[in-house]
Amino acid sequence: MDWLSKNLPFLLAGISVGGQYALIAIGYTMVYGILRLINFAHGDIFMVAGLMMVYLSASLPIYISIPLVIILTVIIGFTVERVAYKPLRSAPRMSVMISAIGVSYLLQNLALYITGGLAQQYPAIPWISDQITVFGASTKRVTVITPFLTIFLVIILVLLIKKTKIGMAMRAASKDFETSQLMGIKINNVISMTFIIGSFLAAVGSLLFFSNYTGVTPTIGTMPGLKAFVAAVFGGIGSIPGAVVGAFIIGICENLVMMANQYISIDISNFKDAFAFLLLIIILFFKPTGLFGEKQTDKV
Amino acid sequence: MSDQNILEVRDLNVAYGGIKAVKGISFDVPKGEVVTLIGANGAGKSSTLRSICGLVRPSSGSIRLNGEEIAGKTPEVIVSKHITMVPEGRRVFADLTVLENLKIGAYLRKDALDDDLAWVYDLFPRLKERSWQLAGTLSGGEQQMLAIGRALMSRPDLIMMDEPSLGLAPIVVQGVFDIIREINRQGKTILLVEQNANMALHAAHHGYVMEVGTITMSGTGRELADDESVKAAYLGKSRKA
Repeated sequence: MDWLSKNLPFLLAGISVGGQYALIAIGYTMVYGILRLINFAHGDIFMVAGLMMVYLSASLPIYISIPLVIILTVIIGFTVERVAYKPLRSAPRMSVMISAIGVSYLLQNLALYITGGLAQQYPAIPWISDQITVFGASTKRVTVITPFLTIFLVIILVLLIKKTKIGMAMRAASKDFETSQLMGIKINNVISMTFIIGSFLAAVGSLLFFSNYTGVTPTIGTMPGLKAFVAAVFGGIGSIPGAVVGAFIIGICENLVMMANQYISIDISNFKDAFAFLLLIIILFFKPTGLFGEKQTDKV
Repeated sequence: MSDQNILEVRDLNVAYGGIKAVKGISFDVPKGEVVTLIGANGAGKSSTLRSICGLVRPSSGSIRLNGEEIAGKTPEVIVSKHITMVPEGRRVFADLTVLENLKIGAYLRKDALDDDLAWVYDLFPRLKERSWQLAGTLSGGEQQMLAIGRALMSRPDLIMMDEPSLGLAPIVVQGVFDIIREINRQGKTILLVEQNANMALHAAHHGYVMEVGTITMSGTGRELADDESVKAAYLGKSRKA
């Protein structure tokens, strides 16, 4: 019991943060799947969702702020695509990627301008921010909720993609724009839908993430964004189950590093972040397309 | 404007950058017929089809579908007007099942698909057997059947086919042309682009010969198939002689 109460918090935190990475990683992997674009601004969308919650909850009740934050984040994600990526649809992929980096810096600098660079205190959301005890280990309720909510949302998303007409159009468009157009699929609508889903999940991820790590700074999106991106690559970019599995593995592993840290005399806790990237290098060495990566099928 | 023509193309020009692929061609596709454009690689046949369905913007000219000007419109708009294309190289969605490929062919339709699915499965019994298989696992011939079936699912008045015989075994090619005749018998108008001039001209009511972006000859399928210069250039007569 003593061992459990000492180590369980790390495992719980790992599963929880893994779920939060997963929600962000899906946005990366879906956009990549359809546009072959690494949307560098995605981590910053996540940060903006956090900041909006800080400011909205200051003047509005929580139960209004939460849906409002989600809706506004979706609108921002949609707008970014329409303004910064859509005009470059026929441009070389590198141009779109540079545009994405530009959006990322724009959002960070806007946030810097608004916040003045100071960390903003994220509001405590009642119920999910409460302290609870699991097997003698004390943690916030959000830690326990996150993996279940994540898996629930992923199941909904997979059903959407497998069973609905728009989902079928997304799968078709991600393979062949031109033929999809011949079927009457409006490519731009499909792409917008992808950004809407990605931003929605990033907004939910930010609610969960900042309930645990409550300081919102303009650059806070970078590290979770980067790790979610690593998770997406790790799982095989373009694959939704891959991104989710990759995110949980990375979340758990980095907390296992923290757990191991208790038992050894040298302090390795600072290497927690590096560990995610080390893991990526190892996996890519053995499986260059990631765990669930697309096989290259050249048969015509 | 004639009522009998489903498609009328006038002075169509298509250019990629500075290179003119189609140089002012004009032709008609009468309702209920099979019309073929034959010619060698690079003659501009595919560019013509691609500009009709909006994948390429023509630089000038007129394309009238049932009397309505469609030149320069986007593919989504054009395919909503009961015209469809079976693209070159089949281009089935490899990661979708056979059934999903057929359903996506009917993407713009909102009514029930059961009758049309039954019809397509009746035309291509192989597809019914493989309904749950991923399209990428089908053979080339089966993929071509699926591409045609997918096009039929949109209930088109006019079906354009870009080299449906390309890369298929001779026995399969025969099957493809049998299907083209069968679909035409059931009332669909077909615009067929082919390098396999022999098969195409025998299946077609009307044919046009394209060479480097222009139409050099036209006539009924039989006339062209019997024409000495066509025989020499496309039907391999020179080798026999």
